[in-house]
Amino acid sequence: MIEIFGVPLLALAGQLLLGLVNGSFYALLSLGLAVIFGMLNIINFAHGAFYMLGAFAAWMLLDNFGIGYFGALVLAPILVGAVGILAERLLLKRLYRLDHLYGLLLTFGLALILEGLFRDRFGVSGETYDVPDVLEGALNLGFMALPKYRVWVVGFSSLVCLATWLVIEKTRLGSYLRAATENPQLTQAFGVNVPLMVMLTYGFGVGLAALAGVMAAPIFQVSPLMGSNLIIVVFAVVVIGGMGSILGAIVSGLALGVVEGLAKVYYPEASATVVFVIMAIVLILRPAGLFGKEK
Amino acid sequence: MKTKKTVVPFALRSSVAALALTLGLAIAMPSQAQISDGVVRIGVLTDMSGAYSDLAGPGAVIAAHMAVEDFIARQKPAFKIDIVSADHQDKGDIASNKAREWFDRGQVDVVTELVSSTTALAVMKVAKEKNKIALITGAGSSRITNTDCNDVSVHWVYDTYATGNGTGKAVVKQGGKTWYFLTADYAFGQSLERDTTAVIEANGGKVLGSVRHPFPSTDLSSYLLKAQASGAQVIGLANAGADTINSIKQASEFGITPKQTLAGLLMFITDINSLGLKATQGMYLTEAFYWDMNPETRAWSKRFYARHKKMPTMVQAGLYSAITHYLEAVKAVNSDDTQKVMAQMKKMPVNDFFARNGKIRNDGLMMHDMYLMQVKKPSESHYPWDYYNVRATIPAADAFQPLSQSRCPLVHK
Repeated sequence: MIEIFGVPLLALAGQLLLGLVNGSFYALLSLGLAVIFGMLNIINFAHGAFYMLGAFAAWMLLDNFGIGYFGALVLAPILVGAVGILAERLLLKRLYRLDHLYGLLLTFGLALILEGLFRDRFGVSGETYDVPDVLEGALNLGFMALPKYRVWVVGFSSLVCLATWLVIEKTRLGSYLRAATENPQLTQAFGVNVPLMVMLTYGFGVGLAALAGVMAAPIFQVSPLMGSNLIIVVFAVVVIGGMGSILGAIVSGLALGVVEGLAKVYYPEASATVVFVIMAIVLILRPAGLFGKEK
Repeated sequence: MKTKKTVVPFALRSSVAALALTLGLAIAMPSQAQISDGVVRIGVLTDMSGAYSDLAGPGAVIAAHMAVEDFIARQKPAFKIDIVSADHQDKGDIASNKAREWFDRGQVDVVTELVSSTTALAVMKVAKEKNKIALITGAGSSRITNTDCNDVSVHWVYDTYATGNGTGKAVVKQGGKTWYFLTADYAFGQSLERDTTAVIEANGGKVLGSVRHPFPSTDLSSYLLKAQASGAQVIGLANAGADTINSIKQASEFGITPKQTLAGLLMFITDINSLGLKATQGMYLTEAFYWDMNPETRAWSKRFYARHKKMPTMVQAGLYSAITHYLEAVKAVNSDDTQKVMAQMKKMPVNDFFARNGKIRNDGLMMHDMYLMQVKKPSESHYPWDYYNVRATIPAADAFQPLSQSRCPLVHK
């Protein structure tokens, strides 16, 4: 069998596939962050908490109302998105004129409060959410058994990422959004309701986080800490891709998932650090990120 | 960081002693002169909100309060007892700073709980430097009573040798001869892997390899695939808490179980509760305590449940036992002097619902029986928290590392 640095090629392929699965989560989460940063200039530290809320929403929908996975896939992002909109209207709106740091501090505080409330209610061990029946079982690829559910995660999240990119880059709505980012006053003067768009954009970004949460629920334990474990890596992904760049978030999300997968094969001890090493190198060579524009 | 403070009411005040002296009466009553500042102050330093807060955390603080309340009701001591608690966030530097502050300015006599080995090892050093006592219930590294041992620390509930030993031996005897380890990459995980490897090899098994993953990790599937590729019969989980939970969940997702067996080398009843019996049935694990073993354990655990709404883990039950034993020793020697109390604690056997004829060795290990559990099938579980079949009692002498193998300098002095 062909080997690459002592690892059989097929085993390596399996590991890269797994990296792609994690990359899909990174992409989905960093996409939401990039959309929010692009439009609102807010560094949304509460993103991890909203991801966690999405997973818990799925669990609660099943536990209390008997609504299954696919129902939750639609409902949870709407519910959590509504929570996000509420937070935008009541809190974030007041900070747009101020420095980035205020938004960062506010959303960080919000994340701590949300996590604290869930920790108090559910404890850290978390709850178990089963894989939906349709997606149970594994595909036999010969060299590994790939769970159907993970294939679904890669496929569906790629679809969502692609759709979001198309809407923002290729539609009239998207052009309004981009215009409002460039110059809110002028866009407003042309009769576009900028505050409404800002509110809906935040709701949408938060909804994406919740969607990632629902998709994560059957793979990871649904626990109050699941967001804070992930969010720092996701921020590194956004920085590498370039703050606010939609395409950058998607591409670097998937790519870093794969890089992390490689690290897990060759030097697992470093797999938690490799993303940050790359971030440091990117910041030295291209401070605006791989896809970002220098301002 | 929050520090909660509770003053426990007490029986006699210093004015009584002063009065007795003025009257010139030679009354044989316990004087407070021997208790520094008149208060025995216990510092519960634990993980209040992080990865280990379910198995120790707020439940441990409740167990500490129960121990003090029961001791006061039973012994009516002549000294005040006070409990302070704080969150060490599983970080060694935070833990040692807090312990230092408590010893220097908080008149704390004993620091206890200390879940996660990093914090325990850090605080033991501070306790030695300040000549105060550390009672470790939550941490598991066998370094605590080996290379890092000292004469002011006691390791109460379990160590990686005992849990790895019990489960490792049982699984090898069932025919699980070849092993592969998933190891959390820090002091605790490495020590668990090393100790269990010794047991497996001693019983005729073989370790095919291991992978060290960062702590904490959410996606362990990549490591599980390596374990699968190794072809080992048994995958040993030398990790804890959320890492173990996610390993078990993802092993079933990838169809690794039941073809290969998982052995949780350190699991707590809260993990089983969180994963459910469907995912964990049939697994072997070694515990120092199970709430549903006999009338005494049930009686205490039900009182605990009334306050915490969860059944106790071995760490929480063990903390009650450790604090009770400490207070009994303070009363017996009528002093909170570290060396006197330590000597007394080592002299008295530990007899309560947690341990029978427990004994503290020179290396600081509290020797007591351990139990091999097998997780019940969902159909065998008849009431909430009915999770284990007790398969064997492992006598203390077999459960723990023999003193002759100890790497603790105090033993071979």
